Amino acid sequence: MLADKDKIFTNLYGFEDFGLKAAKKRGDWDGTKKILAKGADWIIQEVKDSGLRGRGGAGFSTGMKWSFMPKKSDGRPSYLVINADESEPGTCKDRDMLRNDPHKLLEGCLIGGFAMNAVAAYIYIRGEYYDEAMILQHAIEEAYDAGLIGKNACGSGYDFEIILHRGAGAYICGEETALLESLEGKKGMPRLKPPFPAGAGLYGCPTTVNNVESVAVVPTILRRGAKWFAGIGRPNNTGTKVFCISGHVNNPCNVEEAMSIPLKELIEKHAGGVRGGWDNLLAVIPGGSSVPVIPKSICDTVLMDFDALKDVKSGLGTAAVIVMDKSTDIVAAIAKLSKFYMHESCGQCTPCREGTGWLYRMMVRMVNGDATIDEIDRLEEITRQIEGHTICALGDAAAWPVQGLIRHFRPVMEERIRNYKAGQGRVAA
Amino acid sequence: MSAAVKKVDQPESFTFSKENLAKAEKIITKYPAGRQQSAVLPLLDLAQRQSDNWLPKAAMDYVAEMLDMAPIRVYEVATFYTMFNLAPVGKNHIQICRTTPCWLRGSDDVTKACKDHAGVNISETSADGLFSLVEVECLGACVNAPVVQINDHYYEDLTATSIAKIIEDLKAGHVVKPGSQIGRKCSAPVGVK
Repeated sequence: MLADKDKIFTNLYGFEDFGLKAAKKRGDWDGTKKILAKGADWIIQEVKDSGLRGRGGAGFSTGMKWSFMPKKSDGRPSYLVINADESEPGTCKDRDMLRNDPHKLLEGCLIGGFAMNAVAAYIYIRGEYYDEAMILQHAIEEAYDAGLIGKNACGSGYDFEIILHRGAGAYICGEETALLESLEGKKGMPRLKPPFPAGAGLYGCPTTVNNVESVAVVPTILRRGAKWFAGIGRPNNTGTKVFCISGHVNNPCNVEEAMSIPLKELIEKHAGGVRGGWDNLLAVIPGGSSVPVIPKSICDTVLMDFDALKDVKSGLGTAAVIVMDKSTDIVAAIAKLSKFYMHESCGQCTPCREGTGWLYRMMVRMVNGDATIDEIDRLEEITRQIEGHTICALGDAAAWPVQGLIRHFRPVMEERIRNYKAGQGRVAA
Repeated sequence: MSAAVKKVDQPESFTFSKENLAKAEKIITKYPAGRQQSAVLPLLDLAQRQSDNWLPKAAMDYVAEMLDMAPIRVYEVATFYTMFNLAPVGKNHIQICRTTPCWLRGSDDVTKACKDHAGVNISETSADGLFSLVEVECLGACVNAPVVQINDHYYEDLTATSIAKIIEDLKAGHVVKPGSQIGRKCSAPVGVK
């Protein structure tokens, strides 16, 4: 279990004030000028050495990503863009950082922006987070007034702007190139890569898009040292992580824990256990709606990190743990996700635009059992036709939950079909 | 966006109020010169706030002209994002989250209570104009499920009873308190203070 002294987000729950004065008391903006004075190369090396992997879902090395940015400008400005478009079902961690610990993000923006020679950071927050946006805007103004950002930020001689931009309701804008399109005032349709944002991103300029948590942890990493962060968790899966535990647990909550904590321990220690006890567990979606579901037998022992979850054909994703007990109609739970992806497909790529609708309509029949057994194979086949055949990962994200369902709960689907055929109609799972 | 197919009485014209015009001009300066199109989402949001929480076509045209955009580019944006209401909505626009984490914790009951107490179905507005109801996808407050958003604010940890009370209070003109309805602080586990 993560010791309190190793927690980065000490005001995750908002028991203290979010404002600058309280944030400074918690250690934010402490010696930022000195950190900047150590130089961009040092900062990027420390972030690399810490082993920090992106917290938005893909888990790519943050330090590595930063190192892709041009060291010298060719005349174009560089930008840092913060992805605060938190919309992955199950996920609500960034929300707490934005409303309760916003100065961690702002300080991270300055340090990261400086390391990448960026002129500004645009923070793209989902439109529905209105109250959170008001708080963040207030924090930004506080930081400007105190000279921490803006001209000669922190007295470093470096000029750096931070601008808040509200979205308007579209899951797809959490995809980094769709986010850039949206930020440019267009529909949020993902761009073909290459060019990658580090070459041509916002306004055609070099851009790095980072998740809120990835950037907000950086100041603490630099103050306490890469070794400290790298010493938490397992090799290649280091540091602390904010987990969101939702669904059928006694006390749903967000909690910062050590990476690689066993799933069972996470749920029992922090969320009051599964409703009705561990044996009442049916399955868990361990990393937000896009990753495949895992049944109890895997949940018993699996560790919550990138590699351990990949080994069981799921993923850490955003570390949003959706818990389902034995009362759950698992087919209906996944069908709901299929509806979500159908609703959120931007419509640009045919396999996703059409395929997500096919998946949903077949899943609705599967919920009732109004299908044939070989249609389960056809459903699987459709997911394979979508997966990997689209510009962005939304197609994959729509495919994986259904694949996970078939992989682990095929007998439930078959039984339902047989029962429906036998004229018994719908049965409880 | 869901209201796009409805026939709507469109106002003839739209202009920003003096106050909103000043706000709009300030917003445009947040983006580099020549990149004023970036301001389209915030300006449409501002226009919607000025027009009783819906976005008339005249407002889109006005924003298009202000940002030097072809009107079609603004229509594309306004129809792409779910937060733009293309037809009038109720004074209390209730958005019920229906995605799996909320569903697991009883969003179906919350939806039913909303319909019963607001007296409207999904995608409808009550005759007195007090309530409109829509189902939305994940609002991103999953550890406080089930959740609804009423205008700008989230109401969390709901039950059929607590959402019913909120709606009745709104009818009576009482002030309702956003956030957790069971006294939790943000996403802290129950009982942690």
